Amino acid sequence: MEPRTSVIEKRLKHINRIIAVASGKGGVGKSMVASSLALYLSQKGYKVGLLDLDLYGPSSHIILGVKNQFPTEEKGIIPPVVHGISFMSIVYFTEEKPSPFRGVDISNIILELLAITQWGCLDFLIIDMPPGIGDETLDVIRYMKKSEFLVVTTPSKVAMGAVGKLLRILLELKKPLLGVIENMTMTDSSFIQQEVKRLHVRYLGNIDFDTVLEDSIGDPDRLVQTQMMKDLSRTLQNIKL
Amino acid sequence: MHEWALAESIVMAAVDEARKEKLKSITQVTIFIGELQQIEKEIFLFALNELSKSQKPSIKKDAFILKTEKSMLLCKNCGNTWKFSDMKKKLNEAESESIHFIPEVVFVHTRCPRCGSPDFEITKGRGVVLSSITGVR
Repeated sequence: MEPRTSVIEKRLKHINRIIAVASGKGGVGKSMVASSLALYLSQKGYKVGLLDLDLYGPSSHIILGVKNQFPTEEKGIIPPVVHGISFMSIVYFTEEKPSPFRGVDISNIILELLAITQWGCLDFLIIDMPPGIGDETLDVIRYMKKSEFLVVTTPSKVAMGAVGKLLRILLELKKPLLGVIENMTMTDSSFIQQEVKRLHVRYLGNIDFDTVLEDSIGDPDRLVQTQMMKDLSRTLQNIKL
Repeated sequence: MHEWALAESIVMAAVDEARKEKLKSITQVTIFIGELQQIEKEIFLFALNELSKSQKPSIKKDAFILKTEKSMLLCKNCGNTWKFSDMKKKLNEAESESIHFIPEVVFVHTRCPRCGSPDFEITKGRGVVLSSITGVR
């Protein structure tokens, strides 16, 4: 018998809202949006956690500049607090080495992280999801029942092709969908807005391609001053947070 | 005390199951402990006994039986099989502790001793498994 599933609800009991930042496609800026959202909420005075579930290619720690940190053991593991955010990632255990996991291993890792992480009381837990509709997405839906989804795409038709599939499965499963953010826009095309509206999902707004954003990676104090952060804050005005 | 969190999952699962089966008390809980997770048995048993107090249905004192399950790893590339204990001494303390927390990071920190492939599977002895519950109706 699998005992870990019994304790997950208790671990998440004192978290008010869980927001999974997801996309059907990789490379659209999910980690940047997830990390920036966590910083935005933390700056607003909320107690915030960030869980990086991109187990093959975790990157939130790079964006937040997390170095030489490790969870504390206390009736489980307590995530270190980084720039006001309780931050949990597989990277504490993989040391930046390649992570060749198969599907069953992914589910086991997610179960283990959810069973042993002591988040305490949080207003928000933000999840940086990997791309697609694979094990991680299905496990978040299965084990984190109150999760809401914030979906990210780029203006590309290629990205929207995959994002549309994610939106359709989330709608089919009746998961709360906060809306879609169009990231890295360079023109005034309304293609994404029309596609999202066609699926009866909220289009929250766009984030312009920020040519100097790369300079703020690893430096949250600079990140919160970027044009990307200003654009993200504007799109977040369309959600009740 | 990461063992505490795992013990809590065992106690909650045992109580959930006993309620489903309408047991008035739990008299025996058998737990397999996978070698890979490198659980400190004394701490784990202490946590189990502490967490068992004031549960409904009640859990009899000394109800827990811990059995160690040796690991078995199988290489998908060359078919080789081996045990975690065969390679543990090659790991440094940080790598070994990471596998203690998340057994699947064995794929990150080790390779098949014969062909060097990272594509192997844990066929036995991964982590903590609730094997059986006995009780009184």
